[in-house]
Amino acid sequence: MTDDDQQLRVSKIRNGTVIDHITGGQALNVLAILGIDGTSGDSVSVAMNMPSDRLGKKDIVKVEGKELSQNEVDVLSLIAPAASINIVRDFEVVEKARVERPSMVEGVLECPNHNCISTEDEPVKSRFAVVDDGVRCEYCETIIRDNLPAHILAE
Amino acid sequence: MRHDHIISAKQLSRADIEAVLDHAADIAADPEAYAERHAGTLLGLLFFEPSTRTKMSFTTAMKRLGGDIVDMGSVESSSVKKGESLADTVRVVEGYADALVLRHPMEGSSKMASEFVDVPLVNAGDGAGQHPTQTLLDLYTIRENAGFDDLSIGIMGDLKYGRTVHSLAHALTNVDAHQHFISPESLQLPRSVRYDLHQEGAEVREHTELDEVLPELDVLYVTRIQRERFPDESEYREVAGQYQIDSETLAAAKDDLTVMHPLPRVDEIAHDIDDTEYATYFEQAHNGVPVRMALLDMLLEANE
Repeated sequence: MTDDDQQLRVSKIRNGTVIDHITGGQALNVLAILGIDGTSGDSVSVAMNMPSDRLGKKDIVKVEGKELSQNEVDVLSLIAPAASINIVRDFEVVEKARVERPSMVEGVLECPNHNCISTEDEPVKSRFAVVDDGVRCEYCETIIRDNLPAHILAE
Repeated sequence: MRHDHIISAKQLSRADIEAVLDHAADIAADPEAYAERHAGTLLGLLFFEPSTRTKMSFTTAMKRLGGDIVDMGSVESSSVKKGESLADTVRVVEGYADALVLRHPMEGSSKMASEFVDVPLVNAGDGAGQHPTQTLLDLYTIRENAGFDDLSIGIMGDLKYGRTVHSLAHALTNVDAHQHFISPESLQLPRSVRYDLHQEGAEVREHTELDEVLPELDVLYVTRIQRERFPDESEYREVAGQYQIDSETLAAAKDDLTVMHPLPRVDEIAHDIDDTEYATYFEQAHNGVPVRMALLDMLLEANE
């Protein structure tokens, strides 16, 4: 693969974030976590199922004009534990970091249990402990194992 | 024991449990000695759901310790009806009382409420979640009647929605108990409870029929299967009928079987069991007073 090919597939960004080493097939879920649906007008590039030495297949997401919050990184780590985050300013990578699995995610996911107090109009944020194979509501103890992006709180 | 709030049976260690039960036994042996112990203390009762025995039991416990209660009353007549959040309600009421007791229909309500108050808060049932004081009185009754060594216990009925079951099953992982869960398939233990039991290394033995396991049980803990869990009346009757016991059913049981029930019962335990040696459910309900006295005493002492 030449540089030109790479260029055609995924163009460079001036300012923003490149998320690399996303588990193959999870790129659209990553966009969902970041609340990106393309309507804001910022350029977004997605490459899916690219060959990767480390992961076999990986996805890459490039987002112009956005740097990630800690909450977004925390949820990202749950579906793409090997992801690396590159912050780009003026075409240069100024910061590079691997995601870390948090022990808790707060205010990002909504509890699927409609009878959970955290889904009511109370002055608390949702809070989930990260357990072996999913996350668990700190209030009602419901466990979410599958399809985390479907439980992201609406803005 | 040092806990600011009693939210879940999961927070109680074996040592905590033994400490409460020992203290409850002391109180039961000589209640007069505790009659003035918390004179002037006020317990705030916030019951967002109807409750007879739990509320009366807490009231009795506080009064037997020399204190008194302040009661929010029914939800219909309170500011909750005007849309007040639970967090606001408990922050107001903590200014009126030295400790709070909360019963609320939503899971996680006590946990959340406890994050907003400085006085001790006791969970008296949060939706299908936990009911730790019921668990303590259940454990007290089990210890008095069958002991905690090599205990074989069958828990039967609605294991999916029954909060007393969820609390008890977890607490029993602290003692030498073999737990058998007997229910229709549609009402088996929920995933979160199984997860906890597995984490504690407990083996979950499930049965759809009581016969399979009855002869080896030391304790049979019966719970009510509710009509609203089923799509229609006939299905409910058919399923619920399989989990009712009478003196004939118990012919296959050990002579010293202890039959328990958190009450109220409807028809899952026939009245012909009431006068047998097996019946322990009324004693169990009465044990709620010394156990709640013990718990309140320890919480209030620790937070003075």
